[in-house]
Amino acid sequence: MSALSHAPQTDSEARVPQSSAAPSTPPGRLARLRRTNSPGTLGGLLWLLIVLIPVYWVVVTSLRSREGFFDANPLALPTDPTLENYRLVLDSGYTHFLWNSVVVTAGATLLTLAVSFLAAYAIVRGTSRALRWTFSVFLLGLAIPLQATIIPVYYLIAKAQMYDTLGAIVLPSAAFAIPLTVIILVNFLRDIPDELYESMRADGAGHWRMLWSLALPLSRPALITVTIYDALNVWNGFLFPLILTQSPDKRVLPLFVWSFQGEFTINIPAILAAVVLSTLPILALYVVGRRQLIGGLTAGFGK
Amino acid sequence: MSTAKVSAPARQQGGPPFLMALPALLLFAVFALIPMGIVVYLSFTRWDGLGAPAWAGTDNWHTALTSDVTRHALWLTLKFMLVSWLVQTPISLLLGVFVAGKQRYRALLAVFYFVPLLISTAAIAIIFKNLLDPNFGLGASLDLPLLDQNWLGDPELAFYAVVFVIAWQFVPFHTLLYQAGTRQIPTSLYEAAAIDGAGRLAQFWHITLPQLRYTVVTSSTLMLVGSLTYFDLVFVLTGGGPGYATRLLPLDMYITGFQSNEMGLASAISVILVAAGLLLSLIVVRFSGFSQMRSQQAGV
Repeated sequence: MSALSHAPQTDSEARVPQSSAAPSTPPGRLARLRRTNSPGTLGGLLWLLIVLIPVYWVVVTSLRSREGFFDANPLALPTDPTLENYRLVLDSGYTHFLWNSVVVTAGATLLTLAVSFLAAYAIVRGTSRALRWTFSVFLLGLAIPLQATIIPVYYLIAKAQMYDTLGAIVLPSAAFAIPLTVIILVNFLRDIPDELYESMRADGAGHWRMLWSLALPLSRPALITVTIYDALNVWNGFLFPLILTQSPDKRVLPLFVWSFQGEFTINIPAILAAVVLSTLPILALYVVGRRQLIGGLTAGFGK
Repeated sequence: MSTAKVSAPARQQGGPPFLMALPALLLFAVFALIPMGIVVYLSFTRWDGLGAPAWAGTDNWHTALTSDVTRHALWLTLKFMLVSWLVQTPISLLLGVFVAGKQRYRALLAVFYFVPLLISTAAIAIIFKNLLDPNFGLGASLDLPLLDQNWLGDPELAFYAVVFVIAWQFVPFHTLLYQAGTRQIPTSLYEAAAIDGAGRLAQFWHITLPQLRYTVVTSSTLMLVGSLTYFDLVFVLTGGGPGYATRLLPLDMYITGFQSNEMGLASAISVILVAAGLLLSLIVVRFSGFSQMRSQQAGV
């Protein structure tokens, strides 16, 4: 809070001698300052090109025939667009891998949310030393790179006879999502006033009641945030599927795209069709729930 | 503080049991904490990933700390961390502040900026592997002299190609953070400054930047710790090559363990990774007032 008041006044006074003239036309000045920002616009448009050209190239190339790819201008629209590449990808078991991805993502996200919400509620409402200690463990846990534990995780999964199952992806993915999920939920649950709990307690409600009919509905925004963040991460996860599964029918989409690329090295339009198809489900969700997606992500990490 | 005092007795009677936090703690312990212990143990063994690990004393540590490959990987990781931070921070800061403006077209730009976040890392690596191809890639096909380079085949260029692709993937995320941070700055500050005659540059320098310092800390922490985890992109994009030019530490660990079947040595590299991650976080916490940020977050 102290930061809010200090910095600006001193500087503007020191740097700008003609400050006495300004107050006469503040609205016009403000409007002008907001409107003309040509370097910003230029930079913004440049980055837009950097973002969109690869995406555009992927889409148009995926519509070319294999022969057409080599002699076409890469950025021109395809002369005779074909969906042949997409058929090839669909015939390679795309829908099966899509289903695997859905199962893994839903499983890991639900598991993370359930255990993290319970933990966050206990951490915020509880007073025991064990709970405070638990929170510190999660804070510290943020710093553990999951790559660094992949060898022992592989060892444990193999020992538990879970190697090459979808569950082998779900459990560690959920585990590594827990720290950040708990921390975001804790930060949010802290803002629920004690009085609300007290009045429920006066009505004779126990912890499960308060958790279910007070904390849960009130933390909807935070829950949306962590759901989106965790689901995106699991959906796009690569390392756990790569190391903890083996057989082709246990593949999830990122691994499918990767292995498809290995198989069809020279058929670049088909590879890019696989890229498009692997992105399409999330893109569809984005188009439908854009506001919540962006709002959720930014709210979770806002200052 | 006052609410805590009022409810303290009530809480002591019936605060939620530790049992509620147990499932999360157990799951996290089994797959993250206990593995950290196991990886330390494994780093003192010889193990091919199939049979039983055999005690090997400090052999792996000796190899890891003296091997040129691992030292190079460590050095490369640090260089990568620094260069990535230097590239991504200014871009995302400026873009974030820019799209936080009220104009419609800026909001629209932000919508498109978001797209890379939806594409999986494996897919992004495949896209750029083909885009940067010296024969069929964009630069070659369009005959653009500047872009027509052997991006992934030249050791020096490959490093910067990886930096660029990582930036392409993650700048949108950090832009979102800065956009959200900028939106929380009270407009009254800008109005006061404008009345005092401060220009846009002065406003940016003396209001926006200081106000965003917690966002800079959050974003930088995520970026730096993230640098220790860039495995999949490099794995698919360059495989660590050409030569060892892009063999960052996580990739070095993977190749040593899962391709050369030297799990013991790979475990030693993992321990170095964990240590680097923890050290980095401690430094950030210690020197940037991260703890203050926490409390401010709770208060907002």
